[in-house]
Amino acid sequence: MTLPAPNPAWADLLDALTLQRGYTATVVTLGTTALGIAGGIVGTFALLRKRALMADTLAHASLPGVAGAFMIATALGASGKSLAVLLPGAAISGVLGVLLVHMLTRTGRIRPDAAMAVVLSVTFGLGVVLLSVIQKSSSGQQAGLSTFIYGQTAAMSRTDVLVIACAAAVAAVVIGLILKELTYASFDRSHARVSGIPVGGIDLTLMALVVLVTVVALQAVGLVLAVAILVIPPVTARLWTNRLRRMLALSALFGALGGYTGAVASAVFERLPAGSVIVLASGGLLAISLIAAPNRGVVGAAWRSARLRHGMARDHALRALYELADRSGGPWVSIHELAEHRGASPRSTRWITRVLSLTGYVQRNAGRARLTPRGEADAKRITRNHRLWEQYLLTFADVAPTHVDVSADHAEHALGTDIVAHLERALADRGALPDRLPDHTELEGAGA
Amino acid sequence: MNDTLATFVRVDLVPLFAAGAAALSCALVGNFLVLRRESMLGDAISHAVLPGIVAAFLVADTRAGWPMFVGAAAAGIIAVLLVELVRRLGRVESGAAMGVVFPVMFAAGVVLMERAAARHVDLDASCVLYGQLETLTWDLTPDMLRAPLSSEALGRVPIEFWMLLGSLALVSAVVVLGFKELRVASFDPQLATSLGFSSRLISHALAVLVAVVTVASFKAVGSILVVAMLVCPAATARLITDRLEVQLWLSVVVSIVTAGGAYALGAFGAPAVGLPGSVNIAGSMALFAGALLAVAAVASPTHGVLARHARRRALATRVSEEDLVGTLYRAEELGTPVLAMDTLAQLMGGTDRATGAVRRAVAAGIAAREARGVTLTDAGREFGAGIIRTHRLWETYLVERAGLRADHVHDPAEVLEHARTEAGDRIDPPSTGPLDPHGHPIPDGSP
Repeated sequence: MTLPAPNPAWADLLDALTLQRGYTATVVTLGTTALGIAGGIVGTFALLRKRALMADTLAHASLPGVAGAFMIATALGASGKSLAVLLPGAAISGVLGVLLVHMLTRTGRIRPDAAMAVVLSVTFGLGVVLLSVIQKSSSGQQAGLSTFIYGQTAAMSRTDVLVIACAAAVAAVVIGLILKELTYASFDRSHARVSGIPVGGIDLTLMALVVLVTVVALQAVGLVLAVAILVIPPVTARLWTNRLRRMLALSALFGALGGYTGAVASAVFERLPAGSVIVLASGGLLAISLIAAPNRGVVGAAWRSARLRHGMARDHALRALYELADRSGGPWVSIHELAEHRGASPRSTRWITRVLSLTGYVQRNAGRARLTPRGEADAKRITRNHRLWEQYLLTFADVAPTHVDVSADHAEHALGTDIVAHLERALADRGALPDRLPDHTELEGAGA
Repeated sequence: MNDTLATFVRVDLVPLFAAGAAALSCALVGNFLVLRRESMLGDAISHAVLPGIVAAFLVADTRAGWPMFVGAAAAGIIAVLLVELVRRLGRVESGAAMGVVFPVMFAAGVVLMERAAARHVDLDASCVLYGQLETLTWDLTPDMLRAPLSSEALGRVPIEFWMLLGSLALVSAVVVLGFKELRVASFDPQLATSLGFSSRLISHALAVLVAVVTVASFKAVGSILVVAMLVCPAATARLITDRLEVQLWLSVVVSIVTAGGAYALGAFGAPAVGLPGSVNIAGSMALFAGALLAVAAVASPTHGVLARHARRRALATRVSEEDLVGTLYRAEELGTPVLAMDTLAQLMGGTDRATGAVRRAVAAGIAAREARGVTLTDAGREFGAGIIRTHRLWETYLVERAGLRADHVHDPAEVLEHARTEAGDRIDPPSTGPLDPHGHPIPDGSP
């Protein structure tokens, strides 16, 4: 697929990136960046309070307000398309929609998810009916209204950007002022309440901010996508950190980046609807984070689980070598026998012994393997832990003898020296130390 | 055939049946979305299928037929998998994960649609959002009108209508044949899995069904209003019944009434009230469905606001009457068989409550007015003995079995004495003889 505007020169892209692509493009870029920041900040708490989808309901419920405000203003002889008329209308009907969700939920029979879906679709239906009435009664005049559905970033004026910037500033200041209370109320409502924090008031303030950002976002990205401004940046930030303040900062940053990139892309590639491009840019940041975030990302998770699996395979192989050598009397164990003992495939057993021989734990010779002194020290430690834990489960946790081996297999890798010492003491007190417990003397350079 | 009828057949017949088929197939699927608390998944999928449809459209270069359904179903599955991925990795609630996934997919669809427009392929954005039911006309010549079931005439029925019938048939088949599995998986996913059918598979199948009915209904109601058709009938039915089979049938009725009523109002009602021409019928359907839900929420005999209010009032009345009798019984025990009205008002927490209770108790013959106040009749004394017995048995139970302190048991017992089930009578007599923890005698008899 070719892009709609064939190969824009790099200079174009650079101009757009540095806000030198004309007045309109600059205004739009600044506006969407500010919107991204506001959405990122407010969205963080909407996410923590599990209100993310409320923004979606609110956005859809604003349509009848927009249409109604237009009808009333036109009937009174004023211009129905001025934002000063439409935005309050949107806010009022959006808030009414949220109240309706609460009322439906309080019947006890309609759960929040159904209540949101009902209000979202029915109020949107009302808006669509009103729009069709406007369309029939005043030809062509409603043209400006349907932009609220998809958004019309390209037509952003200086006033719009000022409105968005003000909204962003208000959101940042209010969140900054009640940060502590919001944090309390988001994580532990009952504790917040007994600490004297007006939880209800805090909730209302947050809701007001969500309304503010959603209504401002309507103009830019449209009501279908408004929810993305509030939800995608905090979810992206959540992938990178567990600390609230860092999440807040990252969320604002990701929101700003999404808004900025989206506006730049839509300025360079004509015909790309800016609202959708902004959402796609934010989605791109999210996709990158899903893959690359160190703790939560797919790559990090796969790496950690591979390391864990390898560590466990290594421990099992060492213990199997020790046990087999202990049983047969001689140090050499055939790989085949080793595989059978562990219930693993010969191939994976060959692989793990090769790795162990490379790291100096095992010596290999003609399909057989033996522990080196270093390997033996480590194997003794592992076997000792395994048997201690097995005995502990038998003695203290009433686990059946046929089941302890498997349970011990899982836990033995996680036993630290403190716990092992504790196990030993507890078992010795009961006089229940296992019979064949290998001595473990820490050798120089033996594994941790 | 007269002209009015001919116009109706040409202009309104197919849209009317299309609206009905769309509403019906959505309602059937929606029942399970509502039960599984996944209503918003309907919203998410109905938006997320857009890129699938447009991509299929761009690849196959045709507007109707299987490519669109395959594209939509694939996009639906991808959306569900992505929601799971974001929820698991980001450790956020599924609502937030949906709020992330569906706007991104919808935005991708919008951008793809612009590409389609650039290639002069007509795919209307507003049609996607709120449907164009009105355009599904049956283009019949006068000849064909005389034989509307001839193959020529049927060949002129818009393809979207047949797609809707197909999806309705599919959904009905799945719901009828898979009812048992769907029910178990909706109420108890773990049980479903342990019974041997994967609840995960069922949830993915449900996502595909939602995608299919969404696509089939696009022309009729559009991607946002389809949510109303998915959720409203099922929610309305749930307000009326507690049984799943009944709920399904009710939602079927509600959806048909919605389609018919909304069509009548939108197409014929709007001109009647002076609006020029008809209003958007998809929007009217959402509104009509919402109105039916509102009526059920207020007036349902089982879960409606009015019925609940009436039940609460009846309970409050009974409790105040029992409190009156209990108070008089205790007073009599202490040697004061007649209580003055203002004393009663103090003991019962309010003049209104006391006077109301006295009026009803006198009418029921369990209390009598005397010159200095109110006293119990013989029937009232027996009634009061039952209540006080229950109260003191509960106090005994709370002290002896539940380990509460004697000075903490009056208030819970005050509540429990009104819930006079067999439980109260099954409490063992106290170990200390027929006395409660405060040393008051426990009256004989049944509660």
